[in-house]
Amino acid sequence: MAEPLFSVRGLKVALPDMTRKPLIGRAPLAEILKGLDFDLPKGSVTGIVGESGSGKSTLGRALVRLLEPSAGSISFEGRDISHLSEAELRPLRRDLQMIFQDPMSSLNPRHTIFSIIAAPLRQNGLGDRLKERVAEALQRVGLPQNFASRYRHELSGGQRQRVGIARALALAPKFVLADEIVSGLDVSTQAQILTLLEKLAAEMGLTVGFISHDLSVIRRLCQQVIVMREGRIVEASATDALFDNPKETYTRDLLAAIPLPEIDADWLRPKAPA
Amino acid sequence: MSVCLDIRGLSAELPNGQRVLRSVSLSVQPGEVRALVGESGAGKTMIGKAVLGVLPKSVRIVEGDMLIEGEDLGRLDAKARRTLIGARTALIPQDPLTALNPSRRIGPQMTDRLVRILGWRGERADTRIRQLLDEVQIRDPERVLKSYPHELSGGMRQRVLIAAAFAAEPRLIVADEPTTALDVTVQKQILRLIAQLQRDHGTAILFVTHDLGVVAKISQKVSVLYAGKVVEEAETAQLFAAPQHPYTRALIAATPRYTDPYASLKPVDESVLAGLTAEIAAADKDWRPGHG
Repeated sequence: MAEPLFSVRGLKVALPDMTRKPLIGRAPLAEILKGLDFDLPKGSVTGIVGESGSGKSTLGRALVRLLEPSAGSISFEGRDISHLSEAELRPLRRDLQMIFQDPMSSLNPRHTIFSIIAAPLRQNGLGDRLKERVAEALQRVGLPQNFASRYRHELSGGQRQRVGIARALALAPKFVLADEIVSGLDVSTQAQILTLLEKLAAEMGLTVGFISHDLSVIRRLCQQVIVMREGRIVEASATDALFDNPKETYTRDLLAAIPLPEIDADWLRPKAPA
Repeated sequence: MSVCLDIRGLSAELPNGQRVLRSVSLSVQPGEVRALVGESGAGKTMIGKAVLGVLPKSVRIVEGDMLIEGEDLGRLDAKARRTLIGARTALIPQDPLTALNPSRRIGPQMTDRLVRILGWRGERADTRIRQLLDEVQIRDPERVLKSYPHELSGGMRQRVLIAAAFAAEPRLIVADEPTTALDVTVQKQILRLIAQLQRDHGTAILFVTHDLGVVAKISQKVSVLYAGKVVEEAETAQLFAAPQHPYTRALIAATPRYTDPYASLKPVDESVLAGLTAEIAAADKDWRPGHG
């Protein structure tokens, strides 16, 4: 296997539990990630799957160091980045990019698409040849050049998500975290965005963390899958092995719960008692 | 028995004359589940709202008829129409959290409709609600009835709303994306419950969804919508065995199937969309805004 881009050992993340916050004083911490070990090989697409509360988004945010681990380590290219300060992280930000679930709220409504894609380029010292770089970014995601002068409200959901991808990839990052990027989209648009990401990941040799609640979109795109539940890894394996021969009951339940677009009269029957 | 819901040539438009429903015809037989499937903007939720008489003020019905068990809603005055809709229909909404009042306990919210709209005595309503909570497999009804909505999980809240919808024995339920906000394992439990109660009570359901997987599992009949127009109508088994319209075929091919990853997730072809645009233009050729 290729050398890992990320190497994660014993990762724990604790966040303030606002539901238990006293009127005065700090909220007590709740452990969201309870000790995770895994590697992300360079140039691979890894699916991170789980239901709500599984900790998949927290894991994603820890990987790109929007959150600091409370225990364990995250190594990026062999360097421990678990406790780097904001200043020490700054040169790494360019390499760790995110694509968000809801492009409507992650794109500034008052900025043109050009300035949305150009802003991170400027911040990361790529302010020369801006027009050229933005044009290239738009072309990469299949958007016409005249979109540069438009605003987010003039775009459809799929086009907005293309802008999100263009912005993240314009910096030629080493790692891209895609957090539920197709869950708000119609199926026809969803298929377009997934095939686009599949193509770009292969062309650019990207390492991608693809967070999703939906196992059915994972198989085409990902080489390996991490299934999470309640802050722990339930099962992690190569994609085909996971789908063809899931080892854990929970993974099997998740697969069985997906309604395939096929007639199956037994699907809704209550489970026979074991 | 008469047709439970019969929609004939229903057209609706916005104040600017833009047509949002295009001569929609569909029927739901007693005890049958009909799915309305389409992507955003297809008009599927709007049809559900039209049936329940809760269209936004900006949407005007300009043509067509809606009949509930043979009674033509258009011939009734506003009060009689509300009474009829209140007595014979119910809604299972998409988001149970926004459908429930956050500042009131579950119990009174559930009995309210029975007492206020149907004029039941409090005791009868209470017994009925407990019976339904049992049917939706809520094992600790006391706790649930005393809870506020935020104290329950998403799946629990949806169970409560399913129980409330079936409580008054409506003839027709409009289920508007009732599982879209739920985790996939919870979705399966909720779909099972809806199917179970629907069979036991013989209720007809108009099931609005964007998910062809859900369509395949829950419905017997299906109408595929695009831009407010029914582009295909079929028995569900028939639709999946031999889809007729290019758009239906494209939608099925775009829907992910983990069992067959390379035959699914196919982007919709430009020619299909061009065909749809031409079809909509043809449907609107002789349309005069506001002539209804």
